[in-house]
Amino acid sequence: MHASTRTQRLITLFALLGAVGSANAQDLLVSAAASLTNAFKELAPLFEAQHPGTKVLLNFGASDALVQQVAKGAPVDVLACADQESMDKADAQKLLTTGSRKNFAGNSLVLIVPTDSTLAIRTVADLTQPLVKRIAMGNPASVPAGRYTQHALEEGKLWSAIEPKAIYALSVRQSLDYVARGEVDAGFVYNTDAAIQKDKVRVVGTVPSTVAITYPIATVASGKNAAVAQQFIDYTVSPAGQAVLARYGFLKP
Amino acid sequence: MEHAWIALQLSLKVALWATALNLVLGVGVGYALARGKFWGRSVLDAALTLPMVMPPTVLGYYLLVILGRKGVVGAWLQDHFGVTLIFTWQGAVIAATVVAFPLVFKSARAAFEAVDTQLEQAARVLGVGEMGVFFRVTVPLAWRGILAGLLLAFARAMGEFGATLMVAGSIPGKTQTLSVAVYEAVQAGQDDTANLLVIITSLTCMAVLLLAGRLAPGHTAHR
Repeated sequence: MHASTRTQRLITLFALLGAVGSANAQDLLVSAAASLTNAFKELAPLFEAQHPGTKVLLNFGASDALVQQVAKGAPVDVLACADQESMDKADAQKLLTTGSRKNFAGNSLVLIVPTDSTLAIRTVADLTQPLVKRIAMGNPASVPAGRYTQHALEEGKLWSAIEPKAIYALSVRQSLDYVARGEVDAGFVYNTDAAIQKDKVRVVGTVPSTVAITYPIATVASGKNAAVAQQFIDYTVSPAGQAVLARYGFLKP
Repeated sequence: MEHAWIALQLSLKVALWATALNLVLGVGVGYALARGKFWGRSVLDAALTLPMVMPPTVLGYYLLVILGRKGVVGAWLQDHFGVTLIFTWQGAVIAATVVAFPLVFKSARAAFEAVDTQLEQAARVLGVGEMGVFFRVTVPLAWRGILAGLLLAFARAMGEFGATLMVAGSIPGKTQTLSVAVYEAVQAGQDDTANLLVIITSLTCMAVLLLAGRLAPGHTAHR
């Protein structure tokens, strides 16, 4: 092979790879809580079909991490969080478009165990048994599901007994994975997460709490596609969007 | 602040154990590969180097599947000894050991290959046993290379993040090493904590690298 053809091929390769991952003007970057992964993956193509030329790019993670990314300058257009506290942090840093914030979904917190678990876990209080050694939950410092868990356990006067057994996960989906693999004895996730690994985890029951689980969504002030971003938010609260969310077990806000 | 020191201590403990394990494993394998003439030697060398080039997530997944409660080794340990490695500092040691292993055995192999076999032969002629030849001739001659490899392995083990997070999780005071603590702090927006942790990490790694540089073969200042 001639050196020149080799160089040409190399250049072509780089050009091709350069196209991968580059963003277009009509790309809408949506940062969404990890628990929304499956629902938003279905919702995004439906929105794209309604808005030809728009491509929705999805970025999932723990809500607080998503807020951090925006605060550090990530070019995000829409932010969807799993609790009000994380969204409040974004609000306090003036990262959101004023007036764009609204609640679009609800959820419930459940206690799950691996399907093949032999431990007698029937209520949250059973987690205090010495036989229960490891309990997965989101890290309350950065994961909404962890904050909901801590709050519910504190209300039930169980936090101090259960906290030493906590295995902190970096997102609610990591807690789900730990339980599904049987690496922990039990875990706290959303009802919608448990439904995704039905064959590997068993729901013990809903965790009672006075705090309602609501998901806020808002457009990011520094976003470049404000109009499309607002349309995406409108779509999540539209009957079509709500139908998708309901199919994955999300509740009305 | 106290939180940071605990994380540092844990990182040092994990890295020291990983280095100690690699002293035995890495040097042993390095010697076998340098001197042994057996079929598939280059394939074995490549396979053992994999932890250095593979994404830590791939490694973490392998370890999780092997050492987990339902894994081949994990289930066996659980049944026979009641030992679980996932979410323990010992699990972090294994992750760090595997990741740092290629650095030791590669350096050790090169160091052993550089040893003049005539010197070993001379020792044998003078009636020294095989163990004696290894510990009194071969190892002293190869020592600098091995030590440099061990120090690099120590630094690598200190910095291990991906596989550690997957295998040992992030339990403050138990398995939350410096690198994992930094990630947690950044995720939670605790920039002050993150700043302190990265400074401690940088200084520690710098110190180790300077030490490694002094010991590296070819360094003459202190000879």
